Amino acid sequence: MNRIDAKRRNVLDHRKKQFADPSYKDTQYPHRLNFYATPPTADITLEQFEQWAIDRLRILAELEACSFRNRTPAETALHMKPLLDKYLPLDASSSGHSQLHLQRQKDHYSHFILRLAFASTEDLRRRFARVETMLFRLRFQADDSRERAAFVRTLNLDWEPVSEAEKRELAPQLATTIGFGYGKRAQQVLDEEWCKVDWMRVPDLIESRKVYVRAGKAYVPGREQQSMVLNAYTKRLEQALELTARALPRLDEDDRLTPILNHLSKNFIAPDSGYTGSGAAIEGAEMTARNIDNLSQHFPMCMTHLHRSLRRDAHLKHFGRLQYSLFLKGIGLNLEECLVFWRSAFNKITDDTFNKEYRYNVRHVYGDVGGDSNRRSGGYSPYSCQKILTEHAPGPGDAHGCPYRHFSLENLTTLLRASGVADRAVLQGVKEDTESQKFHMACNRVFEHLHKTEMKRARDDGVMTAAQLETIVHPNEYFKRSYLLKNMDGGKPQQKQQQGDVKMER
Amino acid sequence: MEEDAAPAAASSPAAAEEDIAMAEAGEIQGVVEDAKPVQPPSAQTAEDEDMGVEIKQERRTELKLEDLFAGMDSDDDGDFPSSSNPINGQEPVEADTQDASVELLRIYYQRFFPWRYMFQWLNHSPVPTNDFKHREFSLWLHNDAVMRYQSYTTSDLFRKDVLRLMPRRIEIGPVYTADPRDRKTFRNSTAFQPMAKELCFDIDLTDYDDIRTCCDKANICSKCWKFTTMAIKVLDTALREDFGYNHILWVYSGRRGVHAWVCDKKARALNDHHRKAIAAYFEVVSGKQGGKKVNIRRPLHPHLSRSIDILKDHFQQDVLETQDPWQTPDKADTLLLQHIPDLQLREALRKKWESSPGRASSAKWADIDALAHTDASGALESRDLLDAKQDVLLEHTYPRLDTAVSQKLNHLLKSPFVIHPGTGRVCVPIDHRGAALDAFDPLAVPTLQGLVREIDAWTDADGAAAALAAVEVSEGTAAAGGSSQDVKHVQDWEKTSLKPYIEYFRSFVTALMKDEREAVVKREREEDGEVEVKVESLDF
Repeated sequence: MNRIDAKRRNVLDHRKKQFADPSYKDTQYPHRLNFYATPPTADITLEQFEQWAIDRLRILAELEACSFRNRTPAETALHMKPLLDKYLPLDASSSGHSQLHLQRQKDHYSHFILRLAFASTEDLRRRFARVETMLFRLRFQADDSRERAAFVRTLNLDWEPVSEAEKRELAPQLATTIGFGYGKRAQQVLDEEWCKVDWMRVPDLIESRKVYVRAGKAYVPGREQQSMVLNAYTKRLEQALELTARALPRLDEDDRLTPILNHLSKNFIAPDSGYTGSGAAIEGAEMTARNIDNLSQHFPMCMTHLHRSLRRDAHLKHFGRLQYSLFLKGIGLNLEECLVFWRSAFNKITDDTFNKEYRYNVRHVYGDVGGDSNRRSGGYSPYSCQKILTEHAPGPGDAHGCPYRHFSLENLTTLLRASGVADRAVLQGVKEDTESQKFHMACNRVFEHLHKTEMKRARDDGVMTAAQLETIVHPNEYFKRSYLLKNMDGGKPQQKQQQGDVKMER
Repeated sequence: MEEDAAPAAASSPAAAEEDIAMAEAGEIQGVVEDAKPVQPPSAQTAEDEDMGVEIKQERRTELKLEDLFAGMDSDDDGDFPSSSNPINGQEPVEADTQDASVELLRIYYQRFFPWRYMFQWLNHSPVPTNDFKHREFSLWLHNDAVMRYQSYTTSDLFRKDVLRLMPRRIEIGPVYTADPRDRKTFRNSTAFQPMAKELCFDIDLTDYDDIRTCCDKANICSKCWKFTTMAIKVLDTALREDFGYNHILWVYSGRRGVHAWVCDKKARALNDHHRKAIAAYFEVVSGKQGGKKVNIRRPLHPHLSRSIDILKDHFQQDVLETQDPWQTPDKADTLLLQHIPDLQLREALRKKWESSPGRASSAKWADIDALAHTDASGALESRDLLDAKQDVLLEHTYPRLDTAVSQKLNHLLKSPFVIHPGTGRVCVPIDHRGAALDAFDPLAVPTLQGLVREIDAWTDADGAAAALAAVEVSEGTAAAGGSSQDVKHVQDWEKTSLKPYIEYFRSFVTALMKDEREAVVKREREEDGEVEVKVESLDF
């Protein structure tokens, strides 16, 4: 993005220059650590592009999860080690590893790919900078001290290493700034890597009298250098991301990289708290792509509307797909069937387009691809009513959202009538509910109307307790309850079993 | 409004008075920050604490006198409810003295105030630069209005304006990115920002009240002045050795404190973040009421161990012997016993002192070690005990700073050489060097009345002899100061006791300007060889 011209080595006759591909110096990676100052210039394949990015994302997501779980740095390091070795190995120069260059290249490239993916919004940028700093800190701490010192020297941070002679001269003063207690610290002083910086560079350390200052120079011990390096890293990364964000609109490319980048950044969105009502398949129901039309009679209005829009247009926009895919996943449709369902539903497009534009999305929802946490948690949780009501209000052409909230009264009435709700009293009730913002009440009112005979029977027979008939606050709960009520005759024993399970989970 | 009034040199006093009135009226109607009527103390204290406190203090003491006569309750802090009466009562008296003091002030500003060196001090160069032109001055007028954001293009205009307005107090603010008088012409606030100011420190003896036994509040004597002396030594050493600053001007604030102006170019450019850091570096005694006031990490930071070395002797002499801070049992308890970590030892000491009331502080201090040695558990605790003793020492000697003054770039501070309105003393610079610092007596500094008397005495006496002596002396200073000036013409300040202070200030300013000029020459030499000539041509 912010390519540095000096790096561009013109090997050709200048008269031919305009016809030639730009050529770059091969990037060298003398150090294990990288401040990612120069963007990569070599060619990589699309597969590499995606795979490397996903691998790095996995690491970052896991790191973030560690911080959410309040793991100590030591625990985090322990937890991350196998993952890092697997997905993003980075060996010390001294290890003599044959893949050294490749490892570092991957590290370098994946960082820049993710920069592209996460530069778009302020929120993503901040988050990305935070987790990248965590990763950098982890590696910085694990680095061989000599290599680390060599790396720090290359950063041009305006530091002056303290000579052995000076260390010895100032040992008594320096000793007071490392460690607590009164043990012998003379040797520690000599072992420590000290550096001199202008005190104004480290006001925080001055403020707390954590470093020795003489003649305006602060003597910073090695471990405090870390915070300085990290500060510098974060600061530079934030600036670079800012620049990337400004350059993004000029990324004149949209069918190869953009979808990948979009997926990557979406994966980074925090996982939802989850559908507690268990997404397990309901016994006896045939959960296949073909059967969805049949099952759609049990869908709540939001999903009914999505289904009808899909059938009408042979297409759904992004959030519609997301909401519907998650719902289908929640009712127990597996990934294969779901892909079949979407492929057949999108019957106006070619296989190629489907594979390129939609397939990844669906797989991602199921946790088949994406970062490690996404995969291990099995993708996103089905959206709850709360989420549908509050997030991503639908715009023109969108079919997602909650009809009770996002539809006009006319459209809602039309939808309800089409779904078999013709009772004037019910429609009046729905109108009042939506007007007083009680969208749940409206939805439950419709549910009760549509299932009133079954519910009466269930209550009379004692099949379902009052607790199981409480207010529905999740589309998948709506479906499950509806399906069970309508099929009470089908398999009572299984039902009881099922209900028991659900109960235990509550 | 003020743009009209300021440049027009007011010829007749009457016209000047009118101008003031107009300017004030305009200011008061305009922005509040420009002119703050000082009369209701509460309104003004809210805006700037440091000056407000000082004024309040003055008023408080005045009130006390009044109260003595009136037999009123005196524990009121001088705020509105009870203050209206006494103030009304003393107003006629004030008016009389005010006329006289304005006349004296006029003489002072005309004949004594070191305009030239003040200008050079703030300008860092002989020709006016933005350092001076964009500097904010705020003038406190006699009718208790404050004119903020005044600025002057030359030293002469500054002098004229001061003579016109006769402020009883002049404060110096930061250098702004633009002329402070034009501040309202900028639409966005970023165009008018404070850019540079000396790094300032403020030490006030009222902060030492819990360990001062000789005086309290705004009163001082040579005994408690020692606290200031210690503070100056510690701060001055640290600023020079630790932070590498060379141009530190210590100024007596006229009553009960000192100000430090660190004038190095680097120090002037510090931002608020850095200033806060440096202020915290020097904050050891935290002002919490009761309990342990010193909380520092061990091992001691080099700055603190060096400070303890500096303060040790002062603690023994000036605190334990002179102040005797632990005379009373409860003082001994809160200031000393509370710090003793070992409960057994604490009880033993308490018992011992109860049996011999009136035991001197230095004896009590010695008792700690004596008892600790005899105590069996003493060996184990010796490190803790030493730490505790260090804490006690620091609590009784380490500088107590008003950090608000140091932290903000745009904080105003009273200018040197201003007359303190309460005491009439001149805010003179203090020589920080060893013997001179120890010898400084705040009660003996020149006062406004004293200076006028001196100058009268001088002209009355046989001019020739005095002039001769003055020439001799000024020759000496010319040789010392290095700048060739006024050997023939003896200036009025040279005829008075103000002389050594202004000479000290002059040498300070000369050294500062020399450093600034060298920095400029060096930089320009690096850039371009020929600019050097230009720089030299600027030399006077």
